[in-house]
Amino acid sequence: MLLLTCPCCGVTAEETEFAPGGEAHLKRFGPGSSDADYESYMFNRKNPRGVHFERWRHAYGCGKWFLAARCTMTLEVFGTYPAQTVEPPAEIVAAIKAKRPEWEGFA
Amino acid sequence: MSHRLKTGGRLIDRSRDVKFTFNGKHMKGFAGETLAASLLANGQTLLGRSFKYHRPRGIVASGAEEPNALVGLGKGDRYEPNQRVTTTEVFDGLTCETQNHWPSLDFDLLAVNSLVPQFLTAGFYYKTFLRPRAFWKHVYEPVIRKSAGLGKAPSPDARDPDSYEQIYAFCDVLIIGGGIAGLQAALSAAETGARVALWEQTAHWGGRAPVDGVTIDGQDADAWVAATIAKLEAMDNVHLRLRCMGAGVHDHGYVLGYERVSDHAPGTDAPRHRLWRMRAGQIVTATGAIERPLSFAGNDLPGVMLASAVRDYVVNYAVSPGQSVVVVTNNDDAYRTAIALRQAGVGVPAVVDARAEANGPLVAEARAAGITVLTGKGIRKVKGGKKVTGVEICRIDSKGTAFTEVFDCDAVAMSGGWSPVVHLWSHCGGKLVWDDTHHFFRPDASRPPLGADGAGFVRACGSADGEMGAVLMGAHEAGLAAAKATGASGTPPAPATDQVPDMAPMDAVWMMPRNAEYDLRMKMWLDYQNDVKVSDVQLAAREGYQSVEHTKRYTTLGMATDQGKLSNINGLAILSDALGQPIPATGTTTFRPPYTPISIGAIAGGATGPVFQPLRRTPLYDWHAENGADWEPVGQWRRPYTYIRAGEDRHKAVNREVTNARTNIGLLDASTLGKILVSGPDAGRFMDMLYTNMMSTLKPGKCRYGLMCNENGFLMDDGVVARLSDDAFLVHTTSGGADHVHGWMEDWLQCEWWDWKVHTVNLTEQFAQIAVVGPKARQLLERLGGMDVSRDALKFMEWSEGRLGGFDARVFRISFSGELSFEIAVPASQGRAFWDRLLAEGADLGVMPYGTEALHILRAEKGFIMIGDETDGTVIPQDLNLNWAISKKKDDFLGKRGMEREAMVHPDRWKLVGLETLDGSVLPHGALAVTGGKTANKQAETEGRVTSTYYSPTLKRGIAMGLVRHGPNRMGEVLEFAGPNDARIKARIVDPVLYDKEGAKQDV
Ligand SMILES: [Zn+2]
Repeated sequence: MLLLTCPCCGVTAEETEFAPGGEAHLKRFGPGSSDADYESYMFNRKNPRGVHFERWRHAYGCGKWFLAARCTMTLEVFGTYPAQTVEPPAEIVAAIKAKRPEWEGFA
Repeated sequence: MSHRLKTGGRLIDRSRDVKFTFNGKHMKGFAGETLAASLLANGQTLLGRSFKYHRPRGIVASGAEEPNALVGLGKGDRYEPNQRVTTTEVFDGLTCETQNHWPSLDFDLLAVNSLVPQFLTAGFYYKTFLRPRAFWKHVYEPVIRKSAGLGKAPSPDARDPDSYEQIYAFCDVLIIGGGIAGLQAALSAAETGARVALWEQTAHWGGRAPVDGVTIDGQDADAWVAATIAKLEAMDNVHLRLRCMGAGVHDHGYVLGYERVSDHAPGTDAPRHRLWRMRAGQIVTATGAIERPLSFAGNDLPGVMLASAVRDYVVNYAVSPGQSVVVVTNNDDAYRTAIALRQAGVGVPAVVDARAEANGPLVAEARAAGITVLTGKGIRKVKGGKKVTGVEICRIDSKGTAFTEVFDCDAVAMSGGWSPVVHLWSHCGGKLVWDDTHHFFRPDASRPPLGADGAGFVRACGSADGEMGAVLMGAHEAGLAAAKATGASGTPPAPATDQVPDMAPMDAVWMMPRNAEYDLRMKMWLDYQNDVKVSDVQLAAREGYQSVEHTKRYTTLGMATDQGKLSNINGLAILSDALGQPIPATGTTTFRPPYTPISIGAIAGGATGPVFQPLRRTPLYDWHAENGADWEPVGQWRRPYTYIRAGEDRHKAVNREVTNARTNIGLLDASTLGKILVSGPDAGRFMDMLYTNMMSTLKPGKCRYGLMCNENGFLMDDGVVARLSDDAFLVHTTSGGADHVHGWMEDWLQCEWWDWKVHTVNLTEQFAQIAVVGPKARQLLERLGGMDVSRDALKFMEWSEGRLGGFDARVFRISFSGELSFEIAVPASQGRAFWDRLLAEGADLGVMPYGTEALHILRAEKGFIMIGDETDGTVIPQDLNLNWAISKKKDDFLGKRGMEREAMVHPDRWKLVGLETLDGSVLPHGALAVTGGKTANKQAETEGRVTSTYYSPTLKRGIAMGLVRHGPNRMGEVLEFAGPNDARIKARIVDPVLYDKEGAKQDV
């Protein structure tokens, strides 16, 4: 059971206080998009062994969605950050690079 | 024969007799001992039968690793199968019975299985029973079901009368294991000021050290243990728990502890078990080590035990497993057993040592005590049927064709070395390293389980860390390092010093003798409970099994209730040898929590019966309860299905409620309906994205029915939207859907359109909502007075607010029944008074509450869809002929792109129709329409299914809705539906609207 810190209210809490929301930074493809783009938006997920970005909601707390950068293999949490962004902020990228120099960066 | 010794027993109280029964036989033990010790003291060495061969089985071990001695414990509602006698404390009135034998423990007909062992070799399930197929059901399965399996489940009528609880706790350092290493680690951590918790799975502190004769700072271990416990108990920052097993180490320092609070003292007020849900900053595992059996022929006979277990029974409980015990070993430690037996006056014909030489201090002590030591030898085979009668000895490097010596004995104490208990270290990803000196896996300190910060959060110490000599210094360092890692800064005093004798190196012996021939190998047991032998693992290797995980499943090695605590390493070694590779190259199977089985009761904790789930009650709950409500769970809500009156059954009650709503006035508690306020300058824009139809054009004061889809285009929720003002909408959702829809809105607003100025709030529980339904509904509201609810003042699909009969009311003129209908929301606190007032004022108008079933029938007669009946997560609005509710003007809404996919616009999709049986009967729910043809898989081909089906008291016949291929184009066609027992029910496709097609009744 993970420990996560909600960047909105600052509380560090048990995983049971949060609700998971799958992969972060998906780009929405709506009407007019190609089949390939729509398929990728709806169904293709990265599922990496290592650095990963996830959506979480502080469901039994402040109710806010936030994003977490995490290692799926070691369960290390590099950081959490507000959901209002289309890519991980610089300080999160730096925190990951410091721990995982071989990481190729957010793509 | 096993028996009680006249003196000794450090843990028993000879002044307190304990009476218990075993298979109905009365027996006596002493307070402070385990059931295993009591049984052995009564000469009971045969305790069960093995899984496959029904071989006789006795006690092998003295703790959680025991594979054989499982019994059914207790009676009636307290009966529990598969309880380990070695971890069960005996108490007055205990009853137990043996299991897995037929017809009796002493005479088991199914032991015939062991006469044909080739029938049950590795993979026997897979190989033997493949052909012919029909044999499986009629021959193999009944036979296997009769002969395999352990214990029997409690009666289905039994109800556990005990209570269980869970507790959340936090500490800086959690130490698991209360042997001397755990105690020292706890003390050193606590002396820094850190908050420390210490758990010990048994009822006693100190672990093996007092049994093994370890001295600490010159005194015996018991004295040091007592003094250390006294010190720890006096510290405010230390929490001690006996009978509490570390069951599992999980992510980021979350640990489950299984405390057996009152198993040993039934009948008290205490809960039976308590599950600790501990968040620990750092964890120290001081879980000790488990001795390994040796693989020699007949090592499974009752009377063959681990050497350390024999020592435990002698020293702790004054019980000897025999009159004459041969010790067989590959290491110095087992000599402690020989010495302890001799000191207790038990015969030790010989110590059989596989090593070429044996010269350590313990060996010298044994020799000095006059014990015969044979070196370079092993046991060729154990003699005896249901118990040990002797052993044949041979040279360790031989094939074992002939024996060199024979000894009479009635027990054998074996030691194949030790394996650190690495389970808790491994649960969360801690890695292991192979130790070539002691021939075991131990924790690799450089690769611990990692916490949220990426740093290790588990340390091992003592023999759990593979330390087989003095342990206190290492334990001190582990406890101190753990405390420092949590930020503690105090400095503890130096640890105590434990003096242990020097040990000469052990020799790895995975098979005894080393070149044993097949006849011997097929009698060498690795897994006692599951009957897996050396020859089975070798066969698996020959058949191509290379992965240890595959071999485990193929042979069932380590899959019994002890989860391979004794068999794992021995099996790995045999597999590695057969594959011609070193043991670390083979690796171990995965260690998974819990360490030993924990009760379902502890996992459930207090969440049983009425508090299994939170119960949501509407403001009218009490009235319903007092007036015959037949409850139906709707999510966490309870809603009245119907109100049953004297002399009625459900069916009659429902019909009465439907008819009354159509002729007089029905009242429905609609408070569970979701009510979400969506407001802000961008509310209209947001509503247009959320709903398939246009909501931004809705005028204040008006209502509109709308559909919500997910991004796949599948229907998710529906309901009526009321526009409260230019920048505020009230969204009504389905009863079960409010929380989900609110979360869905927040997701889009927070994560996708975060610059839109919209605020949402879930008001569901703030209002009581009551539907007043029926031709006389307006008459009733007019009696209440205060608001103009006339046809022209409050038109169909309009709402208004004011004071209605003195209540603060918002009145919506909407209908889910087809009747003239008002839904009235009042503040939750006024709900009950308003309901009572409606009942009182409407008494002479025939006012009558109705439940959810009448609600369903009323809507089905009108052909209205219900989310969850007509939809199942794969249905798009177009399937339900709701194209009118899908805007063509909007560029975008959630689900629009999904609906454009080829499969969603395919003409063969099943679409909504009404269904009328030719004979007027009610179609079975979910029944499939069959074409009479077959699919490619030779199954019946289907072309539709029933989604809603009821008896209509209005039409006096069965009515139904369903999804049918090309349905709307096939009006009047008759379909065949598959019913129970191959029945075929004919039903005609009709318009789903069966009542008041013109909608005249709701618009009066
Ligand atoms: Zn929060």
